[in-house]
Amino acid sequence: MVAFQGDVSEHVSAAEQIFGKGAVSEIRSAEDVSTCQGLILPGGESTTIGRLLAQRGVAAAIVEAVGRGVPLLATCAGLVLVSRGVDQGDVVPLGLMDITVNRNAFGSQRESFEACLEVKGFDRPYRAVFIRAPVIDRCGPCVEVLAMFEGRTVAAREGPVLALAFHPELTEDLRFHRLFREMVEAI
Amino acid sequence: MELETLRFGTELLKRGFASMQKGGVIMDVTTPEQAVVAEQAGAVAVMALHAVPADIRKMGGVARMADPLVVGQIIDAVTIPVMAKARIGHFVEAQILEAIGVDMVDESEVLTPADEFHIDKARFTIPFVCGARDLGEALRRIAEGAAMIRTKGEAGTGDVSQAVRHMKMIMGQIRRLKGMNGEELARVAREIEADPALVAECARRQRLPVVNFAAGGVATPADAALMMHLGADGVFVGSGIFKSENPPAMAAAIVEAVHNYDDPQVLARVSRGLGQAMKGIDVSTIPEAEALQSRGW
Repeated sequence: MVAFQGDVSEHVSAAEQIFGKGAVSEIRSAEDVSTCQGLILPGGESTTIGRLLAQRGVAAAIVEAVGRGVPLLATCAGLVLVSRGVDQGDVVPLGLMDITVNRNAFGSQRESFEACLEVKGFDRPYRAVFIRAPVIDRCGPCVEVLAMFEGRTVAAREGPVLALAFHPELTEDLRFHRLFREMVEAI
Repeated sequence: MELETLRFGTELLKRGFASMQKGGVIMDVTTPEQAVVAEQAGAVAVMALHAVPADIRKMGGVARMADPLVVGQIIDAVTIPVMAKARIGHFVEAQILEAIGVDMVDESEVLTPADEFHIDKARFTIPFVCGARDLGEALRRIAEGAAMIRTKGEAGTGDVSQAVRHMKMIMGQIRRLKGMNGEELARVAREIEADPALVAECARRQRLPVVNFAAGGVATPADAALMMHLGADGVFVGSGIFKSENPPAMAAAIVEAVHNYDDPQVLARVSRGLGQAMKGIDVSTIPEAEALQSRGW
């Protein structure tokens, strides 16, 4: 769990329910990354988290780990950070996924919403929490789209990277975390 | 599972928004230029107001919501969330701020209260943050719909002592709930004039049900780190940045201090050569009637 800024504790408790207590640790340095079998980039402010990732050398360590095939779950600000390009702000993305994103694509907090999504591979709809959420506006050929909302891509996967525009850590429905565990166990 | 399509302004969305600010610094700004300085320094959000608390103290008179024109310019100038202050009880100021597209309203004792009662925050789509000095006050605000709590401290003084007092008070009161039975919790709820269900939730989770930030008198990186040690989820900095000699350097240093609050080596490095911090006022010299923290209940 990359633990610089954002809803780290919510993500930790969701991940502990799936992976078990003691299986989840907080990442604050490049060395922390090398011992992990799976990585999570939480929600928060993408500019703030991005700056800290670069300053601490954690960005390079994550790129290296994902290059080795270590699975990465990226939510909201995390999705912005794994992209190749961002429409606004001075975020320097890690380029782990062949996508470009619109930040705050739905507007301000007034326009934040909950909605039900049809997700590829899920047998029933998933209720998603979008908070000043981004959307994926362009996907490369190797990117698998998992869910759309009003014609815009909000969940996608490319190789070891699972990116979500919403917050699976804020609800009880942990199907995306289970999917992430399957990715980790498949390694 | 209900298949209704869209829902806005739910408790989950409000508290979730507040959670995204954790580990961050929220900075008071009065102009779009200051907002850009704050964003570049790594602020997670900015708080728009017409004058920083230190100037509000100095100017006297009635302090109101900022000019919507300026708030709008601040929203356009940055990509991070923009918060703005409304007077205690002034729900129309809050409605105006919501209409402009502000992400969160601070129902703040720094402005002149419009009512002895607070805004019914559950009626709004956007979330609110409110100040508190103790657990009872925090839980009364949460019962009204606040999605985030901050210590009141004593704004505009640059004296962190009151923020320390309020944070220790809230944390200590929550700690003492541990191990109490239902009857004892009900008694506490009555004593501190708070919703018994919220008191029970604090006892069980050993924290407030919402994010709890430090505010009111934070003026240096060391102050910010001190508040994080005391259990703050993040820090609001008011006059401390734009009343200092070198605002961009001070802003960046406070952000670094919050992220490294438990590393004295880093704190020593970021605290060096920042120029003069805001001059400030020793809280003990402020007459009781002029204390901002006693506004609201």
